[in-house]
Amino acid sequence: MYNTYLIRYGEIGLKGKNRPQFERRLMENMRRALGKTGPARVERVYGRLVVESEAEPALVLDRLSKVFGIVGVSPALRLPLDMQAVSGGALQTLKDAAALVQLPPGTPLTFKVEARRSNKMFPLTSPEINGQIGGYLLENFPGLQVDVHKPIIKVNVEIREKNAFVYAADIPGAGGLPVGASGKALLLLSGGIDSPVAGWMAMKRGIEIEAVHFYSFPFTGEKSLEKVRDLCRILADYTSRVKLHVVHFTEIQKEIQKNCPEELRVTLMRRMMFRLAERIAGQQGALALVTGESVGQVASQTLESMRVINYVINIPVLRPLVGMDKAEIISRAQAIGTFATSVLPYEDCCTLFLPKHPATRPRPEQARQAEEALEVEELLAGALDRTAVEIIKS
Amino acid sequence: MREVYLDNSATTRPYPEVVKAVLAAMEDYYGNPSSLHRKGVEAGRAVARAREAVADSLGVEASNIIFTGAGSEAINLAVKGLQPGRKGKHVITTAVEHPAVLNACGQLRERGMEITVLPVNNVGMVDPEDLTRALREDTYLVSIMHVNNEVGAVQPLADISAVIKEFRGAGRKLFWHVDAVQAYGKLPLRPPELGIDLLSVSAHKVHGPKGVGALYAAPGTPLKPLVAGGGQEWGLRSGTENVPGIAGFGVAAGIIAREARETAPKLFNLKKKLVDGILAAVPGAVLNGPACREDEPGCAPQIANISFPGLRGEVLLHALEGRGVYVSTGSACSSRKKPGSHVLRAMGLAEQLVEGAVRFSISTLNTAAEIDYAVEVTAGVVHELRELYG
Repeated sequence: MYNTYLIRYGEIGLKGKNRPQFERRLMENMRRALGKTGPARVERVYGRLVVESEAEPALVLDRLSKVFGIVGVSPALRLPLDMQAVSGGALQTLKDAAALVQLPPGTPLTFKVEARRSNKMFPLTSPEINGQIGGYLLENFPGLQVDVHKPIIKVNVEIREKNAFVYAADIPGAGGLPVGASGKALLLLSGGIDSPVAGWMAMKRGIEIEAVHFYSFPFTGEKSLEKVRDLCRILADYTSRVKLHVVHFTEIQKEIQKNCPEELRVTLMRRMMFRLAERIAGQQGALALVTGESVGQVASQTLESMRVINYVINIPVLRPLVGMDKAEIISRAQAIGTFATSVLPYEDCCTLFLPKHPATRPRPEQARQAEEALEVEELLAGALDRTAVEIIKS
Repeated sequence: MREVYLDNSATTRPYPEVVKAVLAAMEDYYGNPSSLHRKGVEAGRAVARAREAVADSLGVEASNIIFTGAGSEAINLAVKGLQPGRKGKHVITTAVEHPAVLNACGQLRERGMEITVLPVNNVGMVDPEDLTRALREDTYLVSIMHVNNEVGAVQPLADISAVIKEFRGAGRKLFWHVDAVQAYGKLPLRPPELGIDLLSVSAHKVHGPKGVGALYAAPGTPLKPLVAGGGQEWGLRSGTENVPGIAGFGVAAGIIAREARETAPKLFNLKKKLVDGILAAVPGAVLNGPACREDEPGCAPQIANISFPGLRGEVLLHALEGRGVYVSTGSACSSRKKPGSHVLRAMGLAEQLVEGAVRFSISTLNTAAEIDYAVEVTAGVVHELRELYG
């Protein structure tokens, strides 16, 4: 059974002087991800990251697939320094790797063996190892062909001091950067399909995420809040925990409803949300906001609306979904595991407050004038006062 | 904050006597009823006493009661466990059944059975003549509920019974299942008198514990178990008995049987107070389902489904919750899709009424003062919400 995993982490290798720091972060995140699988060692050996774990390989691979910064994982067999054991192991890794590749019918499976011998006491040289194991594999795997230039599968054999390592499969990882390596941002999390995906994409770029949810009881209920917590729990799987700020937003909604023109309600609500988020971000040391907005999706997501909404804050707003279509967002949500929760039928934001014809091209001056009817500072302070913080763990 | 619980069709608060009985059973009757020693025998006796009490409450023999893990499980055992016989291919049910019945019938359909779903009129009642027309030579099961859980329509079981008895009179085999989960403890019902073969009830709807249901099966009804195992409950429901839950059920059954005579009038008076109060205080409010009158046979005494057009049931529910009044909606509303209540839709209600529907369900633990409070709060909350949306 596989008990060693060689980790590839391309992108952070490029980060020059920051490299040790990124590696430390990645190792820490890997340890945390593997925490529930039983004892696991995560080490830097010979310039590579190596995981050793006796847990079920499928479980280990699943956990590692949720660690950003990993480009690929090769499950490896640790074997005694004995050619018979190494040949047998090579055959097994070849078979497992072959099961992962899909070839058009009639295409032969090609391979090569690449041996590296750092233990010079081992009786065979690297080319001799290549020859012996290659011959063994050809004999025992029908239809196999050698291709030393562009093999479909490369069987790696490493002869080290005490053990030999054999591996062939290269399972793609989540990519990106280790969470925490790029600082912190505050995610506006609604409970819909988009915002969890936006949070995930920010995390993929190494950003640590805190979430803020605008809760408007009685227009949404305890169950919709539970749904937001569930979404945080799924996101926490990629980082271990998410801090959730629940802002009681009802009073602000009511005031806007009572005092402001109908077509501007959504714009004004979003402006209040952005202001609140900016303040919470300031308190928490978050350097940016993250939203699930995608240009043109709804009235509040036209460029005009975005500009008017963005007008009231100075903190950068990251919109990772801006280049995605709805279908792409949905399939991403399904892959991440947030989709099924997102579509549970509890209101994410009260549609009752949505005007029949929201302004799609509001002007900053219009919004500013409409806000004159509101005690903005007082409302913000009240909402911040009624904000509760929860830590959601994976 | 004052709390008024008006969601008794979802579940009820256990009687204090039930809580005591459950606790006592956990402390004293922890043996396995299948064990041969004294501890087992004592636990077995506790189950037997409860079985007697539940049987008495239905006017049937204890040997015809099968305890299950829920009302839904009793329904599934009845619908899916009934053996169709050689000719049986066809099942009849109604559009307003609980999902337990409808989805169990859906599974029968996957097994190759044909299902006829009877329509209802605009107050949720089945027409017995529709049943007459739907019956076929290969019909082996009719599943018609007693009291609908969403609007409280009482199905005309006596007339339905006549149709079924006439069909059987011609020497044909036909089994009748009644989902009595909502009716149990509120309306008197003697299954043998009506020719009911299978009847499902649940403990937690009558102030008993959750996780216990029971199926009455008339002698000779060909059932096969859904759960295989050690052969408990005459082999029809294996698994070590939920002794504390069953003991609690027995106590609850004893109380509802004792109070049977007063229950319906008491509930009806509270319901009438609530309905009259809300309809008078809230302009535009509409009662869904049969009229709230004593002489209206379709009117269940404990359920009032009221629509507040222009508001969403779910928002109203949360606003009432904010003042300590707990109710329910047919189903959660959603901005993306609007499934609404299958019952209200079957009744042909307009979209606005479906969206704005709220169910108040009363128990004998509610008081007249609580109803007054609920009326006042409902009127106030609806007024405020309407102001806001103006």
